[in-house]
Amino acid sequence: MESLERILVEHPFLKDLSPEHVHLIVGCARNIVFEPNKFLFKENEEAHEFYILRSGKVALEIYTPEYGPITIQTIGEGEVLGWSWLIPPYEWNFDGRATELTRAIALDGKCLRGKCEDDHVLGYELMKRLASVFEQRLYAMRLQLLDVYSGTTPKIKK
Amino acid sequence: MNHSIMDPMIPHPYKIQRVIKETHDTFTLELKSIEKNGTFSFAPGQFNMLYIAGIGEVPISISGNPTKNGSLIHTTRAVGTVTKEMAKLKRSDVIGIRGPFGTNWPVKEAEGNDVLLVAGGIGLAPLRPVIYHILSKREYFGKIILLYGTRTPQDILFRKELEKLKSRLDIDIYVTVDRATRAWNGNVGVVTRLIPRAPFDPINTIAMICGPEIMMRYTITEISRRGIASENIYVSVERNMKCGIGLCGHCLYGTEFICKDGPVFRYDQIQNIFGKREF
Ligand SMILES: Cc1cc2nc3c(=O)[nH]c(=O)nc-3n(C[C@H](O)[C@H](O)[C@H](O)COP(=O)(O)OP(=O)(O)OC[C@H]3O[C@@H](n4cnc5c(N)ncnc54)[C@H](O)[C@@H]3O)c2cc1C
Ligand code: FES
Repeated sequence: MESLERILVEHPFLKDLSPEHVHLIVGCARNIVFEPNKFLFKENEEAHEFYILRSGKVALEIYTPEYGPITIQTIGEGEVLGWSWLIPPYEWNFDGRATELTRAIALDGKCLRGKCEDDHVLGYELMKRLASVFEQRLYAMRLQLLDVYSGTTPKIKK
Repeated sequence: MNHSIMDPMIPHPYKIQRVIKETHDTFTLELKSIEKNGTFSFAPGQFNMLYIAGIGEVPISISGNPTKNGSLIHTTRAVGTVTKEMAKLKRSDVIGIRGPFGTNWPVKEAEGNDVLLVAGGIGLAPLRPVIYHILSKREYFGKIILLYGTRTPQDILFRKELEKLKSRLDIDIYVTVDRATRAWNGNVGVVTRLIPRAPFDPINTIAMICGPEIMMRYTITEISRRGIASENIYVSVERNMKCGIGLCGHCLYGTEFICKDGPVFRYDQIQNIFGKREF
């Protein structure tokens, strides 16, 4: 537990969170490793975890009949992954696949929701941090949608 | 080019020595002057006007090595009338060159600093001479970081060269694409997503950005968040051109002529007009 606590304190997502709150979160945390090509989660499955990535890379994929799985974004070291644990019906909207050896701290979503309900200061603190992640991802997604490099580029190859 | 000051409006004939197909729509021409004593020197970031007889003339940055004399190198994406025609040219064909014109990337000012290069799409071509320059004087610079974003893995420019550079231990290269299938194991997402974790020291970093204007805008927002001051940010701005030497007014951008006051600008000097629709 102590080493998990140390890892969490050092992660950019939880930077400057009070030691008491980190301690509360540790109660929901477990260390986890994904081999390359292992799925962290699949679309429509219950989203019961939230991942704090320590190293490696995870591809968020959507399956398309035309091209098969398309990677829409990769998430890497120092980032967090997943907010479906927070929003009913608590189901994943994408597949999440480790593209290389990936180390993460998995936080149990139900446990975390419970802690946030019990301690609104912790809840607000986490929501602020997640809102900032939402904002950055939305910002990036808008630019991606603009397809600024398009012009005469053909469709992607299989 | 030793004659460029004398007669900047006259194109000089260059023979194509080699055509390299970089991607499905982008190609590199290696050119050599046909004229006697036709040597060519340039600073990273400068451009030439490339003329195809009977078709037209377009500004294209020089993408070769500024520390080596010899052939003149241009990398072009075929988008319209002139560049599509240029894409059909073959070895031994001749094209007209005027230049070099315009301002250059601040390679001298960057000495003693970390250097952050952010390129989008064909924007890697005008930054390639900076990489050559820096690597030829590597010990004068701090960390060198190249962040490159493009559309798909098939659109990655200078791929082999990037892979070779990546194997050096003194330059950090991160590539990302906007979309990919599972065949690509690298990053997917826009180039700005690489910025939060890029290993530069914001107060001692000179940033040079080249790509579509909107990508440069988002990049500036993100690197400013990391703490790089606007006077340490440089961008390359593109507009249509005719004369290339500040005579015709075609490239006017606010009060600046892109052809002679640019294309490379220090961001704080154009901050009030950069990205504004009316300019
Ligand atoms: C200083 C400077 C340096 C440049 N350096 C390079 C370079 O190194 N390599 C390079 O490939 N290009 C470069 N360009 C852009 C290049 O000049 C244009 O792509 C070219 O002028 C287009 O001419 P065209 O006759 O082929 O297209 P046009 O027939 O004039 O245009 C056809 C269509 O293409 C669109 N278009 C025009 N330019 C672009 C563009 N840049 N990107 C996407 N769509 C475009 C137009 O909106 C139009 O719809 C540079 C431009 C400037 C000002
Ligand atoms: S192109 Fe003529 S003034 Fe710039």
